[in-house]
Amino acid sequence: MADVAIPRAKPQMTEAGAWAQLKHNRNWLGFWFMVPAMVFLIFFLAYPLGLGIWLSFTDTRIGRVGHFIAFENYEWLWDDSIFWLSVFNTLLYTFVASAFKFGIGLYLALLLNEHMPFKAMLRAMVLIPFIVPTVLSALAFWWIFDSQFSIISWSLKQLGLINQNINFLGDTTWARICVIFANIWRGVPFVAITLLAGLQTVSPSLYEAATLDGATRWQNFRYITYPLLTPIIAVVMTFSVLFTFTDFQLIWAMTRGGPVNATHLMATLSYQRAIIAGQLGEGAAISSAMIPFLLAAIMVSWFGLQRRKWQQGESND
Amino acid sequence: MQDFTRRSLLQGGTALAATGMLTGPALFDFAKAWAQSAPWKAEPGAKLTVMRWKRFVPAEDDAFNAMVAAFKAATGTEMNTFSESFEDVQPKASVAANTGSGLDLAWGLHTLPQLFPTKVLKMNDVADYLGNKYGGWTDAAAKTCKLGNDWLGIPVATNGGYMTYRKSALDKAGFKEFPKDFPGFLEMCKALKANNTPAGFALGHASGDGNSWLHWVLWGHGAYTVDQNDKIVINSPETAKALEYCKALYDSFIPGTASWNDSSNNKAYLAGELYCTANGISIYVAAKNDASKKELTEDTYHALWPVGPVGKPTELQLALPILAFNFTKYPNAAKAFVAFMLEKENYEKWLAGAQGYLTQTLNAYESAPIWTADPKNAVFSQASKRTLPASGIGTVGEKAATAIADFIVVDMFANYCTGAKDVKGAMAEAERQLKRIYR
Repeated sequence: MADVAIPRAKPQMTEAGAWAQLKHNRNWLGFWFMVPAMVFLIFFLAYPLGLGIWLSFTDTRIGRVGHFIAFENYEWLWDDSIFWLSVFNTLLYTFVASAFKFGIGLYLALLLNEHMPFKAMLRAMVLIPFIVPTVLSALAFWWIFDSQFSIISWSLKQLGLINQNINFLGDTTWARICVIFANIWRGVPFVAITLLAGLQTVSPSLYEAATLDGATRWQNFRYITYPLLTPIIAVVMTFSVLFTFTDFQLIWAMTRGGPVNATHLMATLSYQRAIIAGQLGEGAAISSAMIPFLLAAIMVSWFGLQRRKWQQGESND
Repeated sequence: MQDFTRRSLLQGGTALAATGMLTGPALFDFAKAWAQSAPWKAEPGAKLTVMRWKRFVPAEDDAFNAMVAAFKAATGTEMNTFSESFEDVQPKASVAANTGSGLDLAWGLHTLPQLFPTKVLKMNDVADYLGNKYGGWTDAAAKTCKLGNDWLGIPVATNGGYMTYRKSALDKAGFKEFPKDFPGFLEMCKALKANNTPAGFALGHASGDGNSWLHWVLWGHGAYTVDQNDKIVINSPETAKALEYCKALYDSFIPGTASWNDSSNNKAYLAGELYCTANGISIYVAAKNDASKKELTEDTYHALWPVGPVGKPTELQLALPILAFNFTKYPNAAKAFVAFMLEKENYEKWLAGAQGYLTQTLNAYESAPIWTADPKNAVFSQASKRTLPASGIGTVGEKAATAIADFIVVDMFANYCTGAKDVKGAMAEAERQLKRIYR
């Protein structure tokens, strides 16, 4: 009996030792604190992303398991003029809308940073476009730009400036302008309020010192406000570009990608092919094709705008 | 069992009385008698889960539910019915087919049963029974559901769309009746525009309206996306002619049709800005139900789609087939339910509830009271007879359905009509897209 008991007791001892060690290991504890976040990220981000990429290499249809077909979906997309049109549309949409959103957002932020009556109320009001659900604002814009019932066409007709409705969503150029306008309207508050928050962190003493040194208002902005705001600009513009690039609801509610695919973004084309037409694999390929663009956008703003060295007080190379 | 039946009969009865859309006990008496003599006896303790598309006309849904309740009461079958919007029906049915569970019956759109021919319950006996009893099936309806000699489902009804126009505008333009051929139709559209009472048809991504009228133009010229062997034949002189014809039409339309979706023509017509379009009966029904639109209602008429140079009707109407999955535990109950729905006592009331939104696929129902109740309903009775399957002359199935859902034909016409591409460019793009789908 004793013979048996001893070897049993031994591993128990060593086990307890390891456990005790582990108990006091901060990394081990840290790991467990991280697990919930990790599980969340893996299940809700990494897994769908991986699945999407996998699907793009198959000929899956809705409700039917597909076979691995390697790059066939991508090969078909490569000389698909509608796909490239959607890439062009997406870039145009993102670039123009983001530029305007930045310009108007910064202008609004600077304006709201001044002392004026009803400041708090004005700041709250700026957020309204951001609060309205996207689909509702998109439907409102759809009516505003309707080919027969547009309030703009109606007003201009009443004023006698035009005698026929403007073909807002039926003309390719007009349609692009309209959806970009709607996107800018919706996106400006986000940029403005975030930049305003950034502006509030700039210490007034810097402006005082600069003013004593005889700096103009422009110099104040160029050499104090702008450099101190860059990190925030980098973050807010990264988000803004990502949101714009992946926009879906506005387009889908207003034009469904029409007229003649002139406003089809990669996201809407992907939806049309994957869900409406049932070709999941091909839709996934279009979605996956967005990843390099998104990565590039992130890289540009991260490395181009957020210079670590400068932030740590070293010279700005 | 007897108790159970009686109780559920009672329950069904009160529920139906509440909806007020009843034929009272008569329906239940019929249902009971039918259940006793029908060729299919529901399995004892049968339970059916039925998915259908979400109704557009409430009265149609009421009639459907009344049949379900009567069937439940007469056969003792537990019925679990639910509805899904148009675009969700097919994915959900596909998932059920894929996983082999969840649904017993699915009532869907287009050529749904063709998407998974190995997963459906063959309905040959039901089709024969109904076909023999009610004057046979229409061609398009049969094609939609048949694979070889097998019926993969039963074509329950067709959702028809027809020319909807203002008679006063046509009179003023010098047209006593609606044109019956393509040149006449073009002349009429031009004359309407000259009078500032324009016609308009959707050239935007309108899945219903855009697809139906543009396929009509295409097929009317003898052009098709694919031939009988699914070979792509869109790049043809006939298509070029169809494009030219469509461009001429487009130039006579109310401006902005390139941006139209499925609801645009309804809005414009009901607002009195549009004088001729093609649509389901919903425009007329909406006008009829609006007391302030009395004048417009009286002035609104329907007409058949003019016949193109090919010399026969080439309409595209929406087929609505029902299918039972072969993994259902109660195949006889499923068959019995489908047959029960299409019996005269049920079906004519159902058509009446749908107010013209649904058209029969069995020839005998052409004499259903709904078509004569209002003379303006009459043309809609032709929908299932004058339509081609959604695939045109090609094979019915998922590729054809994908081509329609992906707006291949709509985009081709829109490309040329709006001047975005020339004839060759528009056809080439459509050809390239079809190759992708039919690869």
